[in-house]
Amino acid sequence: MISIKTKKTNKKWAAKLDGLCRSWYKFSRNKLSVFGLIIVLTVIFIALFADKIAPFPEHAGAFVDLGNAGRPPGEGYLFGTDQYGRDILSRIFFSFRGAIIMGIGVLAVAVPVGVFLGLIAGYFQGSLIEPLIMRTVDIFLALPPLVLALAVSAVLRPTLFNSMMAVSFAWWAWYTRLSYGMASSIRNEFYIQSAELIGASRLHILLREILPNCLGPIFTKMTLDMGWVILIGASLSFVGMGEQPPKPALGTMVADGAKYIPHMWWLAVFPALAIMIIVLGFNLLGDGIRDMLSTEEV
Amino acid sequence: MAEDMLIIKDLKKYFPTEKKDLYVRAVDSINLTIKKGEVVGLVGESGSGKSTTAYMVMGSYAPTSGKIIFNGQDISIPAKKRPLTIKKNIQIVFQDPGTSLNPQRTVGQILGLPLRVHHIVPNKDMNDRIIKLLDMVGLSEDYMYKYPRTLGGGERQLVAIARALATDPSLLVLDEPTSALDVSVQAKIINTLMNLQKQLGMSYLFITHDMSLMRNIADRIAIMYLGKIVEIAAATDFFQRPLHPYTQMLLSSIPVVLKAEQELKPKRIRSQGEIPSPVNIPSGCRFHTRCPQAGEYCMKEEPSMVEVFNQHFVSCHLYKK
Repeated sequence: MISIKTKKTNKKWAAKLDGLCRSWYKFSRNKLSVFGLIIVLTVIFIALFADKIAPFPEHAGAFVDLGNAGRPPGEGYLFGTDQYGRDILSRIFFSFRGAIIMGIGVLAVAVPVGVFLGLIAGYFQGSLIEPLIMRTVDIFLALPPLVLALAVSAVLRPTLFNSMMAVSFAWWAWYTRLSYGMASSIRNEFYIQSAELIGASRLHILLREILPNCLGPIFTKMTLDMGWVILIGASLSFVGMGEQPPKPALGTMVADGAKYIPHMWWLAVFPALAIMIIVLGFNLLGDGIRDMLSTEEV
Repeated sequence: MAEDMLIIKDLKKYFPTEKKDLYVRAVDSINLTIKKGEVVGLVGESGSGKSTTAYMVMGSYAPTSGKIIFNGQDISIPAKKRPLTIKKNIQIVFQDPGTSLNPQRTVGQILGLPLRVHHIVPNKDMNDRIIKLLDMVGLSEDYMYKYPRTLGGGERQLVAIARALATDPSLLVLDEPTSALDVSVQAKIINTLMNLQKQLGMSYLFITHDMSLMRNIADRIAIMYLGKIVEIAAATDFFQRPLHPYTQMLLSSIPVVLKAEQELKPKRIRSQGEIPSPVNIPSGCRFHTRCPQAGEYCMKEEPSMVEVFNQHFVSCHLYKK
């Protein structure tokens, strides 16, 4: 009996492994997306182990060493030091944490909410709930997310958590529209009809029959959006509505450093480059995932 | 004779068009009964309303008027409102197995759904039951973890059949189950279906445009033309003496190889033109625009069903009593 069971599970896993190999082959055909993956993994690694690998972990907080203030990039301080003598590289490493938390946090709220509303609106077409959801979505999409997030942040206390809430509030509607479009075409497929005729519950049809067929584009959008959300998060902290000093945030560092341009250019340029690299990494990764999940045969 | 399982009475389905008083009369007052354990073939050209009829039996469309009675229960209501027991007893196999199986679910999950919804077996016996279902359609248990995209068209259709069988239905609606498949696998699907029908004693409503297929499998055949049934007869009777000019036209269009078959076949009648639009249905007999034997009378009055031989009904002025 046990041996039969292992045989079965083996087959199940073999099929999964085969699928993974295929996916990786598709993904890795594009060298740029592999490059994107490497960037993203590196950023996540740095964020996780910032206190181990940063040259001056104590510089991440309120630290003053006026003797070393304003050092240009070079010996000891790879990216130079800021006006208080803190190592820019260490502060960038620590600010990756906030950036990643920002991205994951926003998507963790906006995606489930947005997708579920979109599935409901798409599946129950012709009922009252569809225009109710979709017209609300239209209102949200009419406002630029940054403006909306700024408006919401302005009434909340400036913390990382609140800026996450603000961006989520501005972001869910994009997922609703995406999943609405897919759900309204999938609902006409014969396999949905078949599930209905069998008598499956609505929740089953939404989550087990329709949702899995929407996941590809949703994952792609999520990866691409990670970059965008981090960018918006940086914009919020640039105007002082994100993580508060002395904790490092990429946007705050750029904002502070901008005052010292041009003679202490490294204060603003390196954090700005860091933002660019994160966004670039997620965008390249997103492109790769899109190619990987597309149904087009290899 | 066995009792009537499904009774279709004066069934109509009109679809509205953009113009106010104009309707697509897809199904226009048809009567049909299916007995227990009987295979009824519903044959017609594209646009004759045969699939619309099937969808009304399934409950995907609500009829405009008329009744569908299943085991004494009126089921002319949309599928959503039907009780689970009705859904359990009427299942469908769709035309294209490429779109009737969810690409993101494994065969095991697909077959597990009806078992779970209708509580056919307790959860612990689920796997055994799925394996049994696969075995019934001639697939090995290895298929359980496969995704539909890794299967061929014939295998997919077998999975779709297994899904329909999962609830142990008494009526199976087959909407051209072989027309999307390669000729090489059509025979296998048909054989599987017919063996299962004998084993399980199900009734089939077999929708098709393939007359030669019907000869081998159907107990009774109904011919549809422009939303109406023009001829109904037992299969043997049907091929020996087709009555309606349209039926004769259809039968004469079957290519034959053997000489014996050649003799059975009516004289070649060239089919004239296309099926008219169901929005603008010809006056009188619907078939008069293409009928080689149409007289003036046919344009004026619509013929009604008459029983020419025992249980052989036809709707044509040529056989008026």
